[in-house]
Amino acid sequence: MDPLAPAPRDRGGPGGPLLIARDLKKHFPVRSSGGKSVQAVDGISFSVREGETLGIVGESGCGKSTLARLLLHLIVPDAGELVFDGTTVRDDITVGALRRQVQIVFQDSYSSLNPRMPIRDTVAFGPFVQGKPKGEARRIARDTLARVGLDPDLFGPRYPHELSGGQKQRVNIARALATGPRMVILDEPVSALDKSIEAQVLNLLRALKRQLNLTYVFISHDLNVVRYLSDRVLVMYLGRVVELGRVEAIYTRPAHPYTRALLASQPSMNPVRRIEEPPITGDPPNPIAPPAGCRFHTRCPFAEPVCMTVDPPLPPWLGPQSHIAACHLSDRLPRRISHE
Amino acid sequence: MAEINELIVSEPPPLADRAGVGAKQTPPPTRVRGYWRSVGFRLRHDPATLAFAAIVLLIVLAALLAPALAPFDPYKESIIGRLKPFGWRGHLLGTDELGRDMLSRLLYGGRVSLLMGVLPVLIATLIGGLLGVVAGFLGGRTNTAIMRMMDVFYAFPSVLLAVAIAGAMGGGMANGMLALSLVFIPPMCRVAETATTQVRALDFIEAARASGAGTLTIIRYHVLGNVLGPVLIYASSLVSVSVLLASGLSFLGLGVRPPVPDWGLMLSTLRQSIYVVPYVCALPGAAIFVTSICFNLVSDGLRSAMDVRM
Repeated sequence: MDPLAPAPRDRGGPGGPLLIARDLKKHFPVRSSGGKSVQAVDGISFSVREGETLGIVGESGCGKSTLARLLLHLIVPDAGELVFDGTTVRDDITVGALRRQVQIVFQDSYSSLNPRMPIRDTVAFGPFVQGKPKGEARRIARDTLARVGLDPDLFGPRYPHELSGGQKQRVNIARALATGPRMVILDEPVSALDKSIEAQVLNLLRALKRQLNLTYVFISHDLNVVRYLSDRVLVMYLGRVVELGRVEAIYTRPAHPYTRALLASQPSMNPVRRIEEPPITGDPPNPIAPPAGCRFHTRCPFAEPVCMTVDPPLPPWLGPQSHIAACHLSDRLPRRISHE
Repeated sequence: MAEINELIVSEPPPLADRAGVGAKQTPPPTRVRGYWRSVGFRLRHDPATLAFAAIVLLIVLAALLAPALAPFDPYKESIIGRLKPFGWRGHLLGTDELGRDMLSRLLYGGRVSLLMGVLPVLIATLIGGLLGVVAGFLGGRTNTAIMRMMDVFYAFPSVLLAVAIAGAMGGGMANGMLALSLVFIPPMCRVAETATTQVRALDFIEAARASGAGTLTIIRYHVLGNVLGPVLIYASSLVSVSVLLASGLSFLGLGVRPPVPDWGLMLSTLRQSIYVVPYVCALPGAAIFVTSICFNLVSDGLRSAMDVRM
């Protein structure tokens, strides 16, 4: 049975799945470990509907960035398939065609711009390599820079080191948009910015989405930012999906103990609710040798014997209002959520 | 005062843009200056480097214009005019052991020495740089294959290697240059490989790949510009080494053959007469010394001018 959207081959249309990831796997072999490997992404399935923003949250090292790169085939998955707009990547359309439709914005605005290239050339590079003549590519670069709030005459000839972090991230967004993608993967786009700039860039992303009918996959470890921008949220733990649902549902009625712990770990603005104890302790287990059974049981306050032996499956996604969690106990957990 | 007026006059942002979507972005007030322009700017404001660069230019010009500048035929011998001191009968810098004019021979010798200093470096930069960029960018097995091959050359000291190769191929100017080129390829390859490996790991390479660019396009537009700096700095420092090694080869009889004037060769033949006309005999050595130290200092200046954190 297909755990994904009801009609995976449904092409286009508002609300239809634009991108389907099916059982994506990427294990990085570790040298001198006797054939062991880091299970960065271990069987992840989800779909992104046209026009929605799917937020992906999780701790550092849970495979978020690997997943982002898998979605663009910047890293080739070991197993699983990507279906973009009803066509399977690699079988029906080439990776090149995928990259015409999907673009990515990286976290580090400094290293994601070529220090020896004026920014107008950086932005024009995408359209240029996708076959536009140079003049046309330059014109697109000007338009796109203006769209992200940078005056092309003032900023175009400048080099990355002359811009502030927020301006550089605007250039990165312009670079991603210059090729006219339908979908943009945002890999922690505001994590390196300070709070006031972060708000500006988030609002810019929102406005651009509305103007250009974009679909976002928004990756972040900042729960507030994800909540602000996303329609649905996918929670990752150690290379797996642990919970997926609409943003209100996730934030008010988290069904997985890990999601609850994440939400509880946000510092509270209310001094009465302030807690001294961390909601979860320790680091995530080693992804080379993940624990048997439920991967979270080593840190889960609710763990029962079954959690140590049986790996809880992720229930099928049934429709826009679904809320699914990979937990044996999700029905029995108290519904109360402490952070509200 | 003007700023204050501006503050008072300036209007509040339009209501529609409270969210800061198009928040006014102001670029820094500096003049737009790319990397190479700012390197040029720094070089122009470095008097020491400029002075040494002027000397290098002078030496190069003197060598180029040797036919016009030389007062005598550099091959014209004279039995009676052998080993004469400075200023003897119009020979400004004296004569050598066969009575040939030293000034003319030094000027002509500069052509050979500079050629042997620059050409091997140029060849090594092209070949070694290319191999290094390929090795660094492709990584993995290709990298291992190329770099281990280069490591073989490191097993020998560079002078010994140059002497061995030139000796095996039988001397002569062309073979000498070939030997020097072979000696310089491995270190050049290593410099290019290191720089490329550093650049390759940066996100903008991945972003370029995400926009659909192929390997060659990425190397051309995104890698070369970032690797050029370190490669140029290293190449400029190699020139002085090359001048020295070339003179060394000629001194040992493995480079230029007599009677062609070459600084290393002149030093070799004149050294027996050091007690007769010491100053004249020291001239070729001084020429080698001045040339190589000037190239070295210019290279140092270039290095600090290019060391811009961007």
